[in-house]
Order: sequence, then structure tokens, then C-alpha cells
Amino acid sequence: MAKKNRMANEINAGSMADIAFLLLIFFLVTTTIAEDKGVLVKLPPFSNDPPPELKLNTRNVYSVLVNAQNQLLVRGEQMDIAKLKSNTKIFIANPQKLENMAVSPKDAIISLKNDRGTKYGTYLEVYNELKAAYNELWDEASMVKFGKGFEEISADKQKEIKEEIPLILSEAEPTKFGDEK
Amino acid sequence: MSKFKKKQGNTTPGISTASLPDIVFMLLFFFMVVTKMRDTELMVTVNTPQASEMTKLEKKTLVNFIFIGRPTEKYTKQVGTKPRIQLGDKFSTTDDIPLFLAKHRESVPEGQKQSIISSLKVDKDVTMGIVGDVKTSLRKAGQLKLNYSAKQRERTK
Repeated sequence: MAKKNRMANEINAGSMADIAFLLLIFFLVTTTIAEDKGVLVKLPPFSNDPPPELKLNTRNVYSVLVNAQNQLLVRGEQMDIAKLKSNTKIFIANPQKLENMAVSPKDAIISLKNDRGTKYGTYLEVYNELKAAYNELWDEASMVKFGKGFEEISADKQKEIKEEIPLILSEAEPTKFGDEK
Repeated sequence: MSKFKKKQGNTTPGISTASLPDIVFMLLFFFMVVTKMRDTELMVTVNTPQASEMTKLEKKTLVNFIFIGRPTEKYTKQVGTKPRIQLGDKFSTTDDIPLFLAKHRESVPEGQKQSIISSLKVDKDVTMGIVGDVKTSLRKAGQLKLNYSAKQRERTK
């Protein structure tokens, strides 16, 4: 009698949920939703010949040096990273038409140079600030022209603005100071 | 004698939890499909810096990863503590980069090869010397699209 009774019992599925939850939590912990984001960069093609000597008007060149002590030298003067973006923007846009800044945004060239001993974190921070300066300028330009943020306008319009304010960032070969111990 | 009998057997039955496992399994499968198991073991410590001007990497198949950092504790005995490059699942030098890129390029369908991006996952405390070497050899190999992997932060005021 007792045996028959047990047979009729259903398997308790109540714990199934717990097991599944356990599995779920295991997967949540072990996997990473890969957030692959980063600063996009385009490198110049490699050539063995030394780059051609360009006669550039010094007023158009914004030279940024990052040394092995992670200090910043911008156009011969030391600068704080926090001020880099705003100063770069002023240099490119040159709202007061100063003699020592870019003739027009089209002519502005950013030259970035680092030592071999520069920390990558600092380098990327500087690169990021320079890019941020351009992104903000693009944003402002598109606001004036189209009344919308740079991200919201169509690709053609973005191109139009980028032609007006082109991002020209030249990276020099790093100097051999303070290489890894 | 009361007129109203206590109704019996008409109490609300407990909500059936029988479908709960199904729901949870559905969630489980969703996460299994969406997330990606870490396929390569990281042999170097990579703590990426923060940046604000980010671009998202859209197609995973078009991306190859280059890790640069100091070897993890497990490997310091074998290779020391100097920053190393990790390609795939082994320590490499800059000389191995062209082959690594060629192998990846082969797996990418024709017509999409020009949109291959190299993602550099570099520790923020590594010096630029090794990063510069990698960059040079990437340029030599004709891989010009780069992505410095970083963590999102707000743009500075």
C-alpha cells in the first residue's frame, strides 16, 4: 500500500527554480558583458624614408610634449593637463585672431611627442583631451550651423564640419628617454 | 445557527510556481547567448586608463586584441616582471605581430578586411616605449586602425 502511494507522488519541481537561479548567478559572475570601447586612432602608413621637410608656419603648430616624468610642455611652456583642452580649443578657433595662434582651424596642426618613458595612462589622457577639444569644437560648430549636436546630424553634415575643422594630429617618433627598467 | 456557512474549499489556491524554472532558464539562456566567456586567459595585468572620447567597437569578428602589461603573479617566475605583449594566449614580441594579424585577417570575410581594428588593451602604468614599438610594427604590417581600449568617464569641464 505504502509503495503504491509513493509512486503516485509527483516529483517536486519547486527546487528546480533554485537550481536554475544558481546556474544563472554563476553565469552572471563568470561572464563579462564585454564593454569594448576605446579611443579610435588612425595611424599614418609606414615608410622608411624620412618625412618630407614641411615648411610650416610656427603659428599654426601646436606642439605638445609629454616627458618621461609625465609633465606637459605645450609650445615651450609647462602646462597642466586640466588646462590642455581649453587651451587647445582657443588655439584652433583663435576667436581673437591673435598673431601667435592658428590662422584658421583648417591650418591648425597638433603635434604630439612623447618619451619612451612616458606612462601610457598619461599619454592617453593627453590624446583624449586633444580629441575632446576637437569634439567640442565640432559640437559647437554644428550647433551654430544646424542647431543640433554633432552626434545628431547626418554623416554628410558631419563630414562638412570636419572639413571645416579637420583633426590633424601628427605624432613624432618618441625620444628615447626613461625607457622601461 | 448561522445562516452563512463558512465557505470551505474556495480559498484562493497558491500561485503555481511550476513555470518559474522555465522563466529562469529563459533568463539563463539569454545571458549565455549575450555574454561572451573570456576565451583567452589574461597573462598580463591590464588596468586600462579612463577616457571620455570613446568609440564603440561594433563587430567583434573584425577586432583583434593586443594586450600589454606586466605578467601576472603566476608567470613572473618564468618571464620576469617587465611589461610584455600578449597575443592570443601566449607572450609575444613585436616580431610576432605580423603573423598574428595575418592569421586574424584570414578569418575575416573578403570585403571587410579594410575595416579590421586592432584593439590595444594596455595597462595605464606601462611606459610608451613598448606601446610605440607595437604601433610601429602595426604600421609596418599595414594595420592602421587602432583602438586604445579605455574605461568611460565624463568629459572634463
